[in-house]
Amino acid sequence: MSSTWASLANLVAAVLFILALKGLSSPRSARRGNLLGAAGAALATLIVFFTGVDPQNIILILIALAIGAAIGWFAAKRVQMTQMPQMVALFNGVGGGAAALVAIIEFLETRNARATLESIGLSPDTGLDYRLAMIATVFTVIIGSVSFSGSIVTFLKLQEIMTTRPVVLPAGKYITMLTAALVVILGIWVIAAPMTWMVIILALLALFFGVLFVLPVGGADVPIVISLLNAFTGLSVAASGYVLNNVLLLVAGTLVGAAGTLLTQMMAKAMGRPLTGTLFGAFSAVSTQGGQGSGVDRPVRSGSPQDIAIMLGYSRKVILVPGYGLAVAQAQSTLRELADLLTAKGISVDYAIHPVAGRMPGHMNVLLAEASVPYDQLKEMEEVNPEFASADVALVVGANDVVNPAARTDKAAPIYGMPILDVDAAQQVVFLKRSMRPGFAGIENELLFDERTTMLFGDAKDTLTKVVAALKTL
Amino acid sequence: MDNVGLLTIFVLSVFVGFEVISKVSSILHTPLMSGANAIHGVVLVGAILVTMQSDGGITLIMGLLAVILGAINMVGGFVVTDRMLEMFKPRKIEGGQQ
Repeated sequence: MSSTWASLANLVAAVLFILALKGLSSPRSARRGNLLGAAGAALATLIVFFTGVDPQNIILILIALAIGAAIGWFAAKRVQMTQMPQMVALFNGVGGGAAALVAIIEFLETRNARATLESIGLSPDTGLDYRLAMIATVFTVIIGSVSFSGSIVTFLKLQEIMTTRPVVLPAGKYITMLTAALVVILGIWVIAAPMTWMVIILALLALFFGVLFVLPVGGADVPIVISLLNAFTGLSVAASGYVLNNVLLLVAGTLVGAAGTLLTQMMAKAMGRPLTGTLFGAFSAVSTQGGQGSGVDRPVRSGSPQDIAIMLGYSRKVILVPGYGLAVAQAQSTLRELADLLTAKGISVDYAIHPVAGRMPGHMNVLLAEASVPYDQLKEMEEVNPEFASADVALVVGANDVVNPAARTDKAAPIYGMPILDVDAAQQVVFLKRSMRPGFAGIENELLFDERTTMLFGDAKDTLTKVVAALKTL
Repeated sequence: MDNVGLLTIFVLSVFVGFEVISKVSSILHTPLMSGANAIHGVVLVGAILVTMQSDGGITLIMGLLAVILGAINMVGGFVVTDRMLEMFKPRKIEGGQQ
């Protein structure tokens, strides 16, 4: 195939990527948008086999391609919807790793080619073009490596293989700053005087920095970091496109880098988290181990499913606050059943959806849509918050941090400043929780000890089923 | 393509990237992030390109590894996004904020 045809096919792929992002911005066209993106990617992957002079290793490449595709396909098909955020983090990380590898390989090949030139007495170009290519290479290696190791740590955190709390190393701040400085210095050095071993050290240092960067992040900041690392990978792919002189990689990577940056900002805003706080959390001196007091032996009021059923059955207005615990217990359908029962009794029922309910913005919408909860009952935070004051019961199922008043009052809390659902304004608050264990952010919730609060301990699916059964006999 | 040409494309793409998603509703933040994540899986193309030029040895091994990682990113990304969006059936949107 001539290179003109290949370039035209790449243009088509680039347009498909733009249409994909456009489509993904609206619920109506989102699925089609994703399929357009997949079509663009498939086209680009097909075309690449028909380009290039004297292509080699085709069979091996096809085998590697098949292995990767199979892993990606099965992982994506098997993952539970509740575990989706960490799956996205993982996919993002491997993309960053691939970009870094591509840049390192291109660097090695260029070195070989230049060595050959020198050996026959020619002096290779050391002008502006060469330096720019080196800058792009160094950028790809650094950002791709940071994205890779950072995403892996994020995955481990969300999968709860390692602690979900912010990890603050002793002198971590200085280690992080030192590593960052070393990465920058070495990066500049490589640009000025490229040597193979330095690129390898640079990649290792960047990997280490990625770990340090994500370790101190906890709680509500994790989804923002996933989004940020996603933008990082986009930028590293764009830079690798520059290195390879490949327009499609440049366009696709830049699109994702730009869209990802904007999305990160929007998410941070939706959660009331200053983006700089997330970014430079690693450098800040304040330990975010927050939350005051151990309320281990403090009394809480707990009720039976019967009590809760009566409370709900004789109210006029109920607001349901679903959280990650609901999804973990796979109790979405049971909650919908409860809502349907209450609605049938003429009770007004709404679902209050916090922007980060679940583990990522919009995650809870996906989980509830899976249980066929009608869209018109899902209310976003700004819309539902004024409603709590007139609600008889706020039923919190498996949520904690997103209703924790510490976000308003406790400056030491890691979630301080995050807008929360004002469930404490309701007449009665009911918490369905497995235990008194704190939420993802790892801080105590004073509301659990409030006199208007009733606790119903147990697995959400189990207790909800009992409440539903009790409600039916009322 | 020359450097200025590439730079031009880069700058224009930044604007397009900002523009296309400027009006996204917050319920779609997660699928959008996931979809964008799948798109940068196109790094697979770069991985294939460098591997096709490899003469063997360490660059071949690294190249094949990059191909595997890129393919996981691309295929997994689109499939998981599709699974998320499966849930957003038009029937439910009609009654909602649309």
